[in-house]
Amino acid sequence: MASHVLPFEKPLAELLDRVAGLRAALGSDPSLRVELERLEAHAAVVARMLFSELTPWQKVQLSRHPKRPYTLDYIQHLISDFVELHGDRRFSEDAAIVAGLGRFGGRSVLVIGHQKGRAAKENVKRNFGMAQPEGYRKADRLYTIADRFQLPILSFVDTPGAYPGIGAEERGQSEAIGACLATLSRVGVPVITTIIGEGGSGGALALAVANRVHVLEYGTYAVISPEGCASILWKDGTKAPEAAERMRMTAPELLKLGVVDRIVCEPSGGAHRDAAATAALVGQAIEEALTELLPLSREELVNDRYARFRRLGTVRIAS
Amino acid sequence: MTWPEKRRLGGSAKEKKTLGEGLFRKCDGCDETLETDALAATFEVCPKCEHHHKLAPSRWRDLLLDDGKLEQWDANLVACDPLEFTDGKTYPQRLAAAQRNTGANDAIDTGLASIDGRPIAYGAFFFSFMGGSMGSVVGEKIARLFEGAKERRLPVVLLQASGGARMQEGILSLMQMAKAVAAQERHRGAGLPFLSVLLHPTTGGVAASFAFLGDVNIAEPRALIGFAGARVIETTIRQKLPEGFQRAEFLLEHGLVDRILARSQMRNEFSVLLSHLQAHTAREVG
Ligand SMILES: [Zn+2]
Repeated sequence: MASHVLPFEKPLAELLDRVAGLRAALGSDPSLRVELERLEAHAAVVARMLFSELTPWQKVQLSRHPKRPYTLDYIQHLISDFVELHGDRRFSEDAAIVAGLGRFGGRSVLVIGHQKGRAAKENVKRNFGMAQPEGYRKADRLYTIADRFQLPILSFVDTPGAYPGIGAEERGQSEAIGACLATLSRVGVPVITTIIGEGGSGGALALAVANRVHVLEYGTYAVISPEGCASILWKDGTKAPEAAERMRMTAPELLKLGVVDRIVCEPSGGAHRDAAATAALVGQAIEEALTELLPLSREELVNDRYARFRRLGTVRIAS
Repeated sequence: MTWPEKRRLGGSAKEKKTLGEGLFRKCDGCDETLETDALAATFEVCPKCEHHHKLAPSRWRDLLLDDGKLEQWDANLVACDPLEFTDGKTYPQRLAAAQRNTGANDAIDTGLASIDGRPIAYGAFFFSFMGGSMGSVVGEKIARLFEGAKERRLPVVLLQASGGARMQEGILSLMQMAKAVAAQERHRGAGLPFLSVLLHPTTGGVAASFAFLGDVNIAEPRALIGFAGARVIETTIRQKLPEGFQRAEFLLEHGLVDRILARSQMRNEFSVLLSHLQAHTAREVG
């Protein structure tokens, strides 16, 4: 427990540890119930206090929290009859993006998302959620399948960005991402994206050209990492907290800019405190979006998506 | 080497100034001292080593377009400051400085032109304007370029030279990638050709959107083209990058572009390519 606790979470983590200890002891000593309830109420107050005034940088840290639910956790909680599909048919499989067919609320869908690893070994396999071109080519291939078989696309975004490497450049990282944007812009099915953690630049957008884009309360979405922004602007990556503020990458600011359509609240203390409850809230929001989108025709869905992105950005006529 | 006959030597006084104050300048490729006028006459290509130096937008028009003429679309669009961004200087201050230095409103010109009498929708990034970065104005103008071309059933020829996203517009800059590609995809869906021309440098968000989605992708010799910056890759993989990495020749070798064309070849070959890609429409009309 002590590991994976962010500095600002510490008072809450300690309280929750005591709550867990009391609950474990409850069986042998029922008189502890009063103390347990008091402590639980106190923890809730502390959580509200700590999380009511988070800085953008603290939210960035939460979005990257190593205990945060990842795509496969959402699949486990929300999707039944899930069948994972692998490979881009050209070069290789890429485990940094997971995808497959499954059932959401009784309806068959394509599910796709970035996948980070929990432990060192899995992080090597998942490449910290940073996909190679093959990951995006797998995505592109499956978008087309979703389009052919009228399967709504549910995507989950959680990546620091597309992988920057020699092989990635040799095999056309740019082209692979660009192709995903093009394909997603033309599929005649509902596309619903949830930003569950980090939305890192083009590597995130390749899964997010959607009719509806939701973001978790402590999810982020940006054109570059705050560290990258700081090192470009001030040649100093340690100024990332300042960059995070200027970049307007937190959920409320994304909503204000029109980049996301809805913020999904996280349970007290953040998504990593209760994956099941988080998944239920995410699922509820997807269900509502799907209900709105399902009556639309293929053409209406494509036009809705076109109009959504067409209006993003601000320009004026020179005076 | 054959250069367009109707070239106007020298360009404007302002362009001359950006090329260096004196009558001579050093080639960036071979260090040879060259006459500024001679270099202008070869569209900034070194006669000794064929190094392609930066070329001003008006000179690109002279090189490629009939009579060097572009009927501009949306030239009066200018950027706002949605993030109220500042990094020492405010975004409006940086915009004003770029506008002063370049005489342009933003980092791209778009409009109607023709090559060998063949009408096209033409766009050209302007690297000198904030590194050719794609903010809302660039995204909007590219979307309108493809929309306008689709409406008029014209091919698009788009010259790109961009460092990628415009940091000062943050996430809205990223959204321009989706906006521009969606418009390009509609143009493609209407059966119209897109020649994507990648100049030095084309990286980041511009590379990862429409740059490689051309029916034909063309690169300038030695142009730096890629997704991630060299420094980012080196820090990530902790090794030096091989010589020639992310250069046009590297991309050709890896199958990412169709052709590398010297400036002197571009106009002719664009004309031939378009004649092939539009052969069916000519038949329909004929
Ligand atoms: Zn030279």
